[in-house]
Amino acid sequence: MREPEGGRRVPPDSPNGGPKIGVYVCHCGLNIAGKVDVGAVVEFAASLPHVTVARDSKFMCSDPGQELIQQDLRDGLVNRVVVASCSPLMHEATFRRATAAGGESPSHFQMASIREHVAWVTANGDDATEKAKALVAGAVRRVALHEVLEPRRSPVRPDVMVVGGGIAGIHAALTLADAGKHVYLVERETTIGGHMAKFDKTFPTLDCAACILTPKMSAVRAHPNITLWTYSDVVAVQGYAGDFRVRVRHRPRYVREDLCTGCLACIDACVHKQGKFEDEWNEGLSKRKPIYIPFPQATPPVVVVDRDACIWFKTGKCPRTCVEACERNAFDFEQTETYDEVDVGAIILATGYRTFDASRMPEYGYGLYPNVYTSLEVERLLNAAGPTGGEVVLRDGSRPRTVGIIHCVGSRDAKHNLWCSKVCCMYSLKLAHMVKERIGAEVYNFYIDMRTPGKGYEEFYDKVLREGVHMVRGRVAGVTDEAASPEEEGHLVIRAEDTLIGAVRRIPVDMVILAVGIEPQPDAQEVRRLFNVSCGSEGFFTERHPKLAPVSTFTDGVFLAGACQGPKDIPESVAQAGAAAAEALAMIDRGHVMLEASTAFIDDAACSGCKTCVGLCPFNAISFDEERKKASVNEVVCKGCGICVGACPSGAAQQHLFTDDEILSEIEGVLAYV
Amino acid sequence: MSEPAREGAFEPRIVAFFCNWCTYTAADLAGISRMQYAPNVRVIRLMCSGRLDPQFVLAAFREGADGVLIGGCHPGDCHYQEGNVNALRRVELLRRMLGDLGIEEGRLRLEWISAAEGDKVQRVCNEMTEQVRALGPLRLAPGPVPVLQTEGREAR
Repeated sequence: MREPEGGRRVPPDSPNGGPKIGVYVCHCGLNIAGKVDVGAVVEFAASLPHVTVARDSKFMCSDPGQELIQQDLRDGLVNRVVVASCSPLMHEATFRRATAAGGESPSHFQMASIREHVAWVTANGDDATEKAKALVAGAVRRVALHEVLEPRRSPVRPDVMVVGGGIAGIHAALTLADAGKHVYLVERETTIGGHMAKFDKTFPTLDCAACILTPKMSAVRAHPNITLWTYSDVVAVQGYAGDFRVRVRHRPRYVREDLCTGCLACIDACVHKQGKFEDEWNEGLSKRKPIYIPFPQATPPVVVVDRDACIWFKTGKCPRTCVEACERNAFDFEQTETYDEVDVGAIILATGYRTFDASRMPEYGYGLYPNVYTSLEVERLLNAAGPTGGEVVLRDGSRPRTVGIIHCVGSRDAKHNLWCSKVCCMYSLKLAHMVKERIGAEVYNFYIDMRTPGKGYEEFYDKVLREGVHMVRGRVAGVTDEAASPEEEGHLVIRAEDTLIGAVRRIPVDMVILAVGIEPQPDAQEVRRLFNVSCGSEGFFTERHPKLAPVSTFTDGVFLAGACQGPKDIPESVAQAGAAAAEALAMIDRGHVMLEASTAFIDDAACSGCKTCVGLCPFNAISFDEERKKASVNEVVCKGCGICVGACPSGAAQQHLFTDDEILSEIEGVLAYV
Repeated sequence: MSEPAREGAFEPRIVAFFCNWCTYTAADLAGISRMQYAPNVRVIRLMCSGRLDPQFVLAAFREGADGVLIGGCHPGDCHYQEGNVNALRRVELLRRMLGDLGIEEGRLRLEWISAAEGDKVQRVCNEMTEQVRALGPLRLAPGPVPVLQTEGREAR
């Protein structure tokens, strides 16, 4: 038995001696043992070269399971470990730790995934057992060649970047800032606050959204540990956990943030006497001027000039009464995009969601009938700072006497989004309550199932029922203005099957509210690439583990908070933001992260100086010594992809834990026996 | 769905090289989702499909694989920027060589499978198994087959 060349290898006379491999096959309860004949795999493993111990355990990841490994290591029975159990993405770290705890190098370990890749996907038990044997043989062959690798650490920078200034981003930023860490909070809109700032009340307590949110917004602005960048976005991210370099673009407001006091005199002075342009903040229900502030408590309270609407920008001819009105000389029409680059140890993504575009379901008449509204539009109508000052009135100024709320618009629908958006039942009940309270209208809720899991949620549902809100159980077929009877004349008619009485109903209403669902942000894919995280098929960011690592991602040092990870209400978003902040804090206060073990290295003697590897490295980790005509890898910068290794014509480039020899041995192993 | 191994019927053996970040994770997802597929594919994890040395493919055929499957991230999605593009180049080059060795083109397949596409792992593994089954066992022509230098491994 020869050790592979290169790298930090065990000398042959090491006290560990030659390979003595222990193979540990996990039953995982019945997850594996229900399909794979674990006994047969153990027996097979025992017959393989260098295997000195082969055992099974109900749960290898449990303490007794790990103790099996450690005891065998301490007894000197084994010095290399193979665990055949779940995916390495699940428990590789666990077993590496167990191996280290038994006194052996954690790199003397290899996993065979016989649960995800075998037991769970194979119909026939005999087939599963044979496949499990093949994977175990591959792991045994390769682990015999594993080198001893010293775990390497890298220091962690203490600052954190939070991307997205909704309630999740705000809460995460404040938590970290209160703990003494410096936070860069980046928000692409002109103000922080996110969706929550658009709401009037929040369920089920009916707290005023602004009353609980705006103090936190002010706290962000006032906090000495928070640098708030609004109207800004992240354009590039480099580096790795503990040491990211993030490039942020600041878009021009044409008003200097450091000078504007938010007096709003410029808005009054604008040559446009009335608002003329769609007010995005009010969902297009009102008009704004070319110079505006989204809402009174916008943070920072700095106006912004809409370049596409401003007469000065369009024609170059405008008396610029706004500039005259500004006592602080805050205007700067020459502003251009600027950039900042900051170094941070961790990143929290809190980029939020968008609501389902109701015009994608033409049967509900959104965009066709003026009295069909989305729930977010109605939130603005209800809001005292909204387009109607809190009056629930239709576009013609009249008050609706009957209101129909259609649930699950875009959600739980194979044609659109399969998932439940989680918040719509509760916010629909809230809207029903609010509309009834404000204008005394008759309110009908059309629901498929009523989903009210949450503290005080079912009680709220009960309260709304007792207030006399009508509930119709059934998916709505359509909304029409074609009257079928005199009493339907002049109304919108909601057609729905009432599954509780087994009849199709037509209910005339004055106003229809579509409870639109939650979708990933339209640019989630770009953001995902930027931060090197993954998305599920629906486009929400994927957490590292759905249960046990819900705010981590597969990219160390990047954490998730809020609805960018999936539909969430405010309490959940805040809880997750706190968790993300805690994870980032834990990483920072630990002071170091473990570096990638599987870095590349170059065997100096074999290097021909062709430089193939140098240009291929995506991270510029390979340098070339012109005098000696040799390449070398900076292992701190190397991320361990192995692209250079695959390309090296002389086999001089190798990758720790993925050397040619190790991979070739695994190939032989998976084919040699079964 | 795979069928139980029939006595005496040819069951192809396929070696798969899956990228850690996309396709390997997708295979995990297929498992978590209990998607049943042909048991013929044996997965070897690489950190990146760009680590693929063409000699791994030749070695797999030499050691008795009837087919080789490579799975990487979709173009533009590589965890390491563009390792998958390197894999594509190498596979295309290799594909031309395989014909000269008497290895049918259908025995080598490269697929982009994202972490979300467990169903694609299921479909590709099933398709590949059926395709290779139809081709029958790989019979390499006698004579020199390119092998990797075996120094350092021959002692095993």
